[in-house]
Amino acid sequence: METNKKSLGSEVFGLLKTNIKSYMMYIALVIIMLVFQIWSGGKFFRASNITNLFNQAAYVGVLAIGMTLILILKHIDLSVGYVAGFTGALAAILMQRQGVNEWLAILIVLAVGLAIGLYQGLTVTRLGVPAFVVTLAGMFIFRGLLSLTLAESGTVVVSPKGFLALCNGFIPDIPNSLGIHLVTMIFGVLAVAMVIVSQVRARKNKQKYEFEVVSTPIFVVGMILISAVILAVCWILATYRGIPWSAVIVGVILAIYTFMLSKTKLGRYIYGIGGNDQAAELSGVNVKQVTLFAFCSMSVLAAVAGILYTSRLSSATPTAGNSFEMDAIASSYIGGTAVSGGVGKVTNAIIGTFVIMALTNGMNLMMVDISYQYIVKGLIFIIAVAFDVRTRNK
Amino acid sequence: MENEYILEMRNITKEFPGVKALDNVNFKVRKGEIHCLVGENGAGKSTLMKVLSGVWKYGTYTGDIVYEGEVQKFHGIADSEGKGIAIIYQELALFPELPIYENIYFGHEITTPTGQVNWNETIVKAKEMLDKVRLNVDPSIPVKRLNTGNQQLVEIAKALSKNCKLIIFDEPTSSLNEDDSQNLLNIMRELKEQGITCIMISHKLREVTAIADTITVLRDGTTICSLDAQTDDISEANIIRNMVGRSIDDVYPKREKKDFGDVMFEIKGLTVEDPKTGREILHDVNLNVRKGEIVGLQGLMGAGRTECALTVFGNPYGYKIKSGEVIMNGQSKMFKSPREAIKSGLAYVSEDRKGNGLVLIQDIRYNVTLANLKAIAKGLSLDSNQEIVIANKYKEDINIKAPSIAQKVNNLSGGNQQKVQIAKWLFTEPKVLILDEPTRGIDVGAKLEIYTLMNKMVEEGMCIIMISSELPEVLGMSDRLYVMSEGRITGELDASEATEEKVMKMAINSENSD
Repeated sequence: METNKKSLGSEVFGLLKTNIKSYMMYIALVIIMLVFQIWSGGKFFRASNITNLFNQAAYVGVLAIGMTLILILKHIDLSVGYVAGFTGALAAILMQRQGVNEWLAILIVLAVGLAIGLYQGLTVTRLGVPAFVVTLAGMFIFRGLLSLTLAESGTVVVSPKGFLALCNGFIPDIPNSLGIHLVTMIFGVLAVAMVIVSQVRARKNKQKYEFEVVSTPIFVVGMILISAVILAVCWILATYRGIPWSAVIVGVILAIYTFMLSKTKLGRYIYGIGGNDQAAELSGVNVKQVTLFAFCSMSVLAAVAGILYTSRLSSATPTAGNSFEMDAIASSYIGGTAVSGGVGKVTNAIIGTFVIMALTNGMNLMMVDISYQYIVKGLIFIIAVAFDVRTRNK
Repeated sequence: MENEYILEMRNITKEFPGVKALDNVNFKVRKGEIHCLVGENGAGKSTLMKVLSGVWKYGTYTGDIVYEGEVQKFHGIADSEGKGIAIIYQELALFPELPIYENIYFGHEITTPTGQVNWNETIVKAKEMLDKVRLNVDPSIPVKRLNTGNQQLVEIAKALSKNCKLIIFDEPTSSLNEDDSQNLLNIMRELKEQGITCIMISHKLREVTAIADTITVLRDGTTICSLDAQTDDISEANIIRNMVGRSIDDVYPKREKKDFGDVMFEIKGLTVEDPKTGREILHDVNLNVRKGEIVGLQGLMGAGRTECALTVFGNPYGYKIKSGEVIMNGQSKMFKSPREAIKSGLAYVSEDRKGNGLVLIQDIRYNVTLANLKAIAKGLSLDSNQEIVIANKYKEDINIKAPSIAQKVNNLSGGNQQKVQIAKWLFTEPKVLILDEPTRGIDVGAKLEIYTLMNKMVEEGMCIIMISSELPEVLGMSDRLYVMSEGRITGELDASEATEEKVMKMAINSENSD
């Protein structure tokens, strides 16, 4: 018994040591949240605030997912903020001034995002202009287009209900007398079941090929922790108005991109190009095409972010999108995307987003001056990347 | 107290996680001699020199470095340079865009009393240094306009400008042609006359025996012997015996049956220009290879062999093809991308594993399947179970030594990296395999495994074009060989009639054969 305990302890220590980088994010997130919870006298974990956090994190999260692909490929996209601002304004103008149906407006705006991605991606891949320059130019251009779009009207208030629900609404519920949002709790239980089933299957598979797996007690503890977090979040949301649509949208996008990066040829190629573009090219990978895809996906996601932001504010403003790119890039790096490319996960980028947005949310809650907010975010960002750089080659 | 030895490295032991790279190595260098350090790859030569130059800091190894009679504690290259030790690496550390004189005095600029750089003085001094290495060029031209051999001379001039007493050359002639190599060896002899001590790491035993006063052989991180050129047997055979610890009879395994079929792959009249320089890099190249045949493509560095291979392998670097055709499976094809070439059954194992062969930060499994992911695709997604089975099969079949297929490729030795590269291309099921310098930088044991593998592949009906700079290897492995020089095929020989002299003549004298 004694020896068993000891080896368990050393296993935990070993896991901590080798995975400190990936755990660090979670630890940081928990600490940040707890600090704000205590500091604000319990306001942070209130259901309304957590819902708020989800809605705020949605548009940055969508950008961070796209940005992760770009950063893995060793490029950068500085234009996403103003692309989001411009496309969000375009959606508002289409609906309010041109009388276009909200869903059609969304489709048009996504198509515009695709066109922007094609323009930037082709300039990078075919003309060979560095992405930094192309997207810096994009910042100018789309900032100009944003103010041009709203030049006559100034801020445009958006009214279609479906559109507003995207970043303010909640998934429907079955009527019940429990006083909670039942569908949310059902969803939570299903999510826990799915996680457990898939993790157990993955573990069995690994064992089948005699890969190293963590010992059973640690595996069980890990599963309990994950389940507890999922159920706790769902519980908090259920006591308010349920899961917001924004979380559903981000969740679906996240699922698609996770699948794409880990299970498809395209995902393999993205990591390959980021790791060694010449080796990828000589292995038959169409480097230009994959890179073009990443830029298109980024701009389409920027359009999604624009739509979510306009929906969130119920209006399009000339300052929309300002410095979104900074939050997105910071999220992705905090989530462990390698500064040297070739490594990164979209799920971790979302965790990075929560770190950044929990900071923003918490400091807003404490009514910290915006100037200090920027400084704090900058410091956290640099600490995270420095930590990543220091631990990567060990 | 005058000491005969300028440098004594005593009982040096250096460990990396899991590996003892140096185990009690003793290494003594006399003042003013040329001392050659030889050994297989992984024998510890580079590690030893890194310890000496302070790359591996004092304290990360055990043992003493005694230099000029004092125990040294180097904490970085700056420390060892300060004491007059300079290293000239294979990969030159020059700034291509800067003029020669700036390169020579970079990091120790000549300044005026007010602290500004005195450029006039710098140019005059640089010229003096260039004279010492017999490089007669204008010191104000940018370094990129010099060829590799002359760039190396600039590096030496730089070392001399720092008043170095001990210069370490790490494989100095590996990327030089014959003339430049000879020139470099002569410069080393002149340095010796000026009282400068030289240590040369080299694989080229002919050069080693020609120039060395003393030869130290390392094997598996230990000192095997130190041979004095005056008194000991320094024949190549003896050196090799000490390097590998066995005789070299079975270096090139023989194939049992040789059964050549039809011509499977042919290049006809290929003329290619490099659009960057406007220079013709290939001129009217013709070659073919038959089923079951290993064809060697020999030539000196820069003869155009790799360029030829890359041009037919989908031309990824965008050379300008002026004329010519490639015939594969009886069809005339000029592949527009590596993708097309792979699809038709052509594979190219790169000479530069780290540069463009492997994705180093990914694991074995990832690299093995990268060029043929469609084979493990199930609908949209990839079948990771099947992938694991395949990667494990190759790991076993071609003996990739690693704890598991989840091992990152940059943690593997050169020989195992090369095997991963070969596995990747075998998985594309090629009909024609181009191997570019398949054994460069890998040790004798792994070489033998790769040769055996090549024989097996051609016996199974593949055909191989092997590009190699190593004459014995080309002669030992090829059924037929072509020699290239300055972008032209200067000869075609059957293995039975090929000798080192014949091939070397063809590789050097392109002008005469025209």
